[in-house]
Amino acid sequence: MNPRGSVFSAAYALAFFTFLFGPLIIMVITAFNSSRFPRVTPWECFTTGWFNVLITNDRLMSGLLSSLFIGIGVIVVAVPVGLAGALALSELSARLRATLYTVLIVPILIPGVVLGISTIVFWGQIGRTLGGPAQAFFYNGYFLTIAGQVTFISAYAMLVFIARLQRFDATQTEAALDLGASPGQAFRKILLPFLAPAIGSAAFITLLASFENYNTTVFTILSGNTFTTALASKVRHGTDPSLSALAVIIISITLIGALTHEAYIRRKTLLDSGKAEQSAIFGNPVLRLLTHPGAVLALLLCIAGGLVWLGSKHDSSVCEAGILEEKRAIQRQLQEEQRSRIDAQKKAGGQTQTPAEGGAGNPSPFGGAFTGGLAPESAAPEPAAPSNPSPFGGAFNPGTLAPAPE
Amino acid sequence: MRNRTVLLDHVSIRFGDFTAVDNANLKIDSGEFFSFLGPSGCGKTTLLRCISGFSDPTEGKVLIGGKDMKGVGPNKRPTALIFQHLALFPLMSVAENIAFPLEVRGASKKDRRKRADELLDMIALPGIGDKKVSELSGGQKQRVAIARALAVEPDILLLDEPLSALDLKLRQHMRAELRAIQQRVGVTFIYITHDQGEALTMSDRVAVMNSGVIEQVGAPNVIYNAPRTAFVASFVGENNAISGKVAGQTEGMVTLNTPVGPVSGRAAGGRKYKPGEQCSLFIRPEQLTLTGEAGPNTISATLRSQAFEGASTHLLADCAGTRLRLSQINTGAAAAPLAPGAALTLAFAPEHATVLPAGPMASE
Repeated sequence: MNPRGSVFSAAYALAFFTFLFGPLIIMVITAFNSSRFPRVTPWECFTTGWFNVLITNDRLMSGLLSSLFIGIGVIVVAVPVGLAGALALSELSARLRATLYTVLIVPILIPGVVLGISTIVFWGQIGRTLGGPAQAFFYNGYFLTIAGQVTFISAYAMLVFIARLQRFDATQTEAALDLGASPGQAFRKILLPFLAPAIGSAAFITLLASFENYNTTVFTILSGNTFTTALASKVRHGTDPSLSALAVIIISITLIGALTHEAYIRRKTLLDSGKAEQSAIFGNPVLRLLTHPGAVLALLLCIAGGLVWLGSKHDSSVCEAGILEEKRAIQRQLQEEQRSRIDAQKKAGGQTQTPAEGGAGNPSPFGGAFTGGLAPESAAPEPAAPSNPSPFGGAFNPGTLAPAPE
Repeated sequence: MRNRTVLLDHVSIRFGDFTAVDNANLKIDSGEFFSFLGPSGCGKTTLLRCISGFSDPTEGKVLIGGKDMKGVGPNKRPTALIFQHLALFPLMSVAENIAFPLEVRGASKKDRRKRADELLDMIALPGIGDKKVSELSGGQKQRVAIARALAVEPDILLLDEPLSALDLKLRQHMRAELRAIQQRVGVTFIYITHDQGEALTMSDRVAVMNSGVIEQVGAPNVIYNAPRTAFVASFVGENNAISGKVAGQTEGMVTLNTPVGPVSGRAAGGRKYKPGEQCSLFIRPEQLTLTGEAGPNTISATLRSQAFEGASTHLLADCAGTRLRLSQINTGAAAAPLAPGAALTLAFAPEHATVLPAGPMASE
C-alpha cells in the first residue's frame, strides 16, 4: 500500500474518531474536576462530588421516575399496537397495504411539537366533554405523555416487526394449523416465538425513544417533568458538572450492556458453529465459565460497584479547601493592590487633575468601561469583577468558586 | 377399519377468471398410494390445498371418509400435509416438532415424549429427539416431517413434492422408504409430483393432470402403456410423436398418412376414427428397431447424433422434419458406431404404437 495513502487514512481515522468520541471523553473528564463549571483546564481537584450533586437533585430524580413510569407505559401500549399494525400489513392486499403503511408512518414525519399540542387539545376536549373523573384522568401529564408518545413510537415498533415478519415463512403457520393447532395456538406457539427477538428490540427502542423524547413531552407533561425536560431546563438555567456525571453513568451502563451482549453473541455463534469443543476458550472449563455472558456481566458490575464504592470514599474537601484558600489569597491580593492604587490615585488627585478622572466624569454609554477600567494598572473607580452581572451566573467569578450544591 | 377414502365430486377451483382445477371427479380408496402427476402450474397443488382445507372448492364437494368437508378448517380435518419445504419448526427440537400435534391437543409432556420416541423408532432415527432441526441432513428432515404428520394418526397423508429438494441418490432411497412407511401405517397417501419416476415407482394409481384437467387415472403400467390422450402419451415417459391424418381403420388398428409415410398403430381404448381426422401416432424409443430392409411400418431416416449410455445407446434420427429417438439395448458386442448422416431404416410393430387424437402435448 502506498505510504502516503496509509498516513492519510490513519489521520482521517483519527480525526473521525476524535470527532465521534472527543466530546464524550472531555465530558467524562469534566465530571471529576471540582471546578464549578464543566471544564478540563484549569484542573482543580479530583472529585466525585458531582455525582452526589446529581443524585441529590430532586427535580432530576423525580423526573427520572416519571420517565421510567412513562417509558413502561409506552412499551405496554406501543409494542402491541405496533405488532398489530405489522400483522395487519402482512395480511393485506398490495394496494391496501401501501395505503395503511403510509397512514401508520405519518406520525413519525409530523413534528413532535405538533403531536404534543394536538394531543393536549384532543384529550382535553374529550375530558371536558366527559367531565368528572374522566377529565382528571385524560388531562393528566402521565396519560397525555404516554398517549402522545405512543402515536409515533408505535410506528417505530411496527417497523421493527415488519422487518422480522418479512423473514417469516407463512407455511409454518399453515403447517401448525394442518397439524391441528387452532389459529390462536399457531400464533402463540409458532409466530410469537419467532417474533420474540423483535419484541425485545421493539421494547428497547420504544423505551429509548420515550426516554429521550423532548419535543412532544415538553407539552404533554403539563406542569410536571420527565428526566429529559428537567435536564433541558437545568441546562437553560446554567450547567454544572453534575450533567457530566450523568453522562458518565449513562456511558458506563451502555458499555456494560454492549460488552455483555457481545459476549452473548460470540458464545452463541461459537455454539451454533458446532466447533465449540475445539475452541481454545470453550475447551477450557475456567475460560468457558469466564466468557459466559452472565459472568461477564457480573464481573463488569463488580468493577463498576467497586469504583462507585471507592468514589464514595474519596474526600476532596481538603484539596478543594486548599484551592479555595488559594483563590481567596489571590483575591485578597488583588483587592490589596486595588486599594493601594486607589490610595495612590487619591493622593495624586489632590494635586493634579488626571485624565482618568476626566474620563470617569464623561457620561459614556459604556460606563467608562473603555477608559482603562479593565487594565489592572489603571485606577478604575469600579471594584472590578465581583459585582459584574455575568451572563454565566457568576460561574467564572473566582470569588464564588466554592462547590456549593444546588 | 376406518373409512379413509377421499371423494372429489365435480370439484372446480377458480381464481377470478383463471380456472385452476376444472371439474375433477375422483375416488381415492382407503390405504391407497395415489399420485397426482403433472407439470408445474397444472393445478395439482391447488387441489391438494383444497383437500387439506386451506381453500374451498368454487364448485363441487370434497368428501373425506364419506363426510362433506365444506367449512371444516385444516386443523379439524383428518388430513396431514407434508409441505414442499417441509415447514419444520426451526425453534423447536426434533422431538418437540414431532409431538407438536399432541401438544396442541393438550397431551402431557411425558406422553408427548413417549410418542415422539416411538415415531423416531418408526422412521429409523432413534435418539435424535433432542437435536435441533438445523442439525439434521435433508433425508433426516424428510423423515422427521413424515413422523410429525403421522403423530396423530391422520386418515389421509398429503405430500406436496416432498422429495424435490433432495439429491438424486437420496430421492431414490426416500421413494422406497415412503412406500415402506405407507404400507406399514396403512394410511391413504396422496402424493403430488411433477417427477414421473416418483409417481410411477411408488403409486398404486396415478392421475395425470394438465391445465387444471385430470387427463387420465390409472395404474402406472396402464398410464405408461395405454395413454388415453396425447398429453399423457407425451408427458409420461419418452415418446416419439408422428402426426398425420387417418387413412383407414381395421378393427383395432388405425393407419395414418404422415410426412414419414403411412404408419399403423393401435386405436387407443378401441376408439373409432373418422377418415381424415388429425391424429398422432406415439411409439416409444425402445420399441423402434433398426432394420435393413424396407417394409410396412418402416421409416427411412437420417442419423443426427448418438449417445452411448452403458446399458443402452440413444440415437436421434430425423425423417422429413420429424425427430425420432431410438433406444438400443447394447448386447456387449462392440458394434462399430454409426456416423452422423448415415441412412437408417426404422421399424416398429403396430401393436406397440398408439394412435391418439391430436391434442396439446407436454413441452420438452
